[in-house]
This record gives sequence, C-alpha cells and structure tokens, in this order.
Amino acid sequence: MSLVRHQNGWAIMASFTAALGLAIMPLPDWAEPARPEWVTMVLIYWCMALPDRIGVGIGWFMGLLLDVAKGALLGQHALALTLVAILTIHLHQRLRFYPVWQQSLMVLVLIALTQLVVVWIKGVIGQPPGSWTYWLPSLTSPLLWPWVFLILRDLRRHFQVT
Amino acid sequence: MVLVSVLLMTVDHRQQHLETIRAGISVALYPLQYLVNLPMAVGNWASESLATRTRLLEENGLLRRRQLEMELRLQKFAALEAENSRLRAMLQSSRKVAERVLVTELLAIDLDPFKRQVLLNKGTVDGVFEGHPLLDAQGVMGQVIHVSPLTSTAMLLTDPSHAIPVQVNRNGLRAIALGTGEADRLEIPHVPNNADITVGDLLVTSGLGQRFPAGYPVARIADVQKDPTQPYSQVIATPTAELERVREVLLVWPAQAQEAAAP
Repeated sequence: MSLVRHQNGWAIMASFTAALGLAIMPLPDWAEPARPEWVTMVLIYWCMALPDRIGVGIGWFMGLLLDVAKGALLGQHALALTLVAILTIHLHQRLRFYPVWQQSLMVLVLIALTQLVVVWIKGVIGQPPGSWTYWLPSLTSPLLWPWVFLILRDLRRHFQVT
Repeated sequence: MVLVSVLLMTVDHRQQHLETIRAGISVALYPLQYLVNLPMAVGNWASESLATRTRLLEENGLLRRRQLEMELRLQKFAALEAENSRLRAMLQSSRKVAERVLVTELLAIDLDPFKRQVLLNKGTVDGVFEGHPLLDAQGVMGQVIHVSPLTSTAMLLTDPSHAIPVQVNRNGLRAIALGTGEADRLEIPHVPNNADITVGDLLVTSGLGQRFPAGYPVARIADVQKDPTQPYSQVIATPTAELERVREVLLVWPAQAQEAAAP
C-alpha cells in the first residue's frame, strides 16, 4: 500500500471543511437539535474508503476543531471522533460490502456511540443536556447517510483520490 | 489519542492554560466562520440598501422622535447624576457612572444547542477580555468566556452554568440569578419566604461579583411561589435583554474602583 502515491488530498480537506461549515451553519430553532453530525459522517466515509490515509490522527484533529468551533470543552469531540475512527477502520472491510441501507444502520450505531461519549463527558462536568432531543442527530444522520455516501464516492472517483 | 483527549478535557475544565491553544485554533477557523456568516450579512446588507424610500422616511421619523424623547430624559438625568455624585461625595463613597462601551455584532454561527452561547465579531485586537460584561439596549446579556484575536465567545445569562449577583431595584434585596438553559427563564434561589419580593420587581446588577458594573437591569420577576413548608420561596425571573433576538450588542468596560468603601 505504501508504494501507492497519495494524491488529491485537497478533496478530502474540502469535504471536511464543508462538513465543519455545515456544523456551525445557523438553522431555525426547531431544526437545531436535529442537526446531523456532518463531520462524523465525513470521517466515517474517508476512514472506510481510505483507511491507510485517513485515520485516528485526522479524526482527533477534526474533533479538536469541532470543539473550538462549537465552544465545547476542548477534547470531548476529539475523544468521540477518535473512537469512531478506530471502530470504522476496524470494520472498514465489512462496511464496504454492505448495501447503503445497512451502512446507514452502522452509522446510526457509530453516531449514537459518539453522542453517548459526549453525554458522559457533559454529565461528568455537570452540564447534562436534559432533553431527549439531544439524541435526534443519531436518527437524522443515518437518514442522510446515503446522500453523503454517494456524493463523497463520486467526489473520490471523479478526482481519483487515493 | 484517547489519553491525550482525556488529559486535554481535564486541563481545560480545571485550569486556564489552554486558552492560547483555543485562541490559536479559533483564528484558523475564522475564515470558515466568516464564510458561514456571509449569507446572513449579505441578506442584512441587501435589505438595508434595497429598502423603499417611504420605509426609510418612516423609520427616520420614528428614530427622530425617539431621539428627542431620549434627549429630554437625558437632560433630567444629567442633573440627577450631578446631584447623586454630590451626595455621594458628601458620604465619601465614590461610585463612577461613566464606562467605556464598544458596539459589537453577533455572528450567525450556531454553537452547542444545549448551551446558551453566542459568537461576537470582536476579539483581543479590540481589547475584549475574559469576563467582559455584555449588554444590549434593554439590559445585561451575559459575559465573555473565551477570547481569540478576532472573535470571542460569550455565555448568556440563561446558560445553565451562569450566575449573576443582582439586587431588587425597589428595596436593595440582594440575590443571585441562575441560568436554567431555557431561553426566557432565570431562577433566583435562596430567597427566604418572608423576603419582600413580588411579581414585576426589577432586578439590577449589584456589582458585588466584581465582574458586572452595578446598576444595569437584568431581569423582571415573573413568578413567586411561597410554600410555607419550604424554607425558601421559588422565584422565577425573565431577562429584560432580548437574548435571542438582537444582533448588535454592547461590551462595557467596568469603571475602576467601582465601590469604594462606604461609611
């Protein structure tokens, strides 16, 4: 694998930047708790498609950026995204062969896991979210996963990101 | 990585050492935030520059009338201020009224939906500091908690981890107003059942926390429930500031030596 030259990394960076932008984009009040976890989904895709390139380090760094962008405790998303990257890389061969709807189910599990980690951390520092709507992203993200998957796959194929 | 994350969280939660890292990363994020805010800014600009002439004239007239009203009130206020400082000088307790003010704008960026925080477009370059009091035209909004060179994050009064020392304007009764996480609700804990506090009372900052300047309106009492079986009554207040609506807010530099020793 190491003999293959990596190329077109800017496409990966662009997709992460877009995801971060979507993560802080203003939404109407009713839709705000249901905002999908864009950054997590993009990370899951790249970890699945290019596990030798995108991994734990990038996941951790994106988590840190997300922490700062969201004004959260430094490290809480970093920890959650690190775990997602580890699990996705562990499962990437299986995930690749799943049909899209089955991948969506896995995305549900992974995102619920990140939210569980974040809710634990918030509980420990004494700021529990205190409303069931906190869990909505776990449901909205898998619903949008097919589109995220298709867009990123086309992006990867079109620009031949390796 | 997991260990590093846990370490980071602990240090960030307990100490202040990581503010520089946070500030550095948020400078790197500024272009993105600027980009996300852009559609909103363009929308505002467009609605301002495409407004019809009649609407502008109407608004102009309204503002003129309000200006006149305010000036009238100010005339009285100037006299009162002079009298107040004279009286205070007699009592040998100085209390400065003048404070420096900076107008700043909220960026249209969504932060954590379960905290009440906003992003401002001014940072250390403009002299913003941590703990900087934030006000709007109607009252206190909150305080700055993170600063970076170009932006800063402020915590609103209603954030569940915010507390502000207040006093009842009518009789000087001191209390603390806690945020609840709901948009229009503050809790005033530890008010004894026999305390003189009623619905409609205005709460102003008491200046006791050394953070907020004294005498700015904070909230109005919305509900008082006195239960004889409980030691304290349940008091709910509504913030006077338009926390979820305004775009332009004020940062206030508290005057030095706010409350010198009173006799």
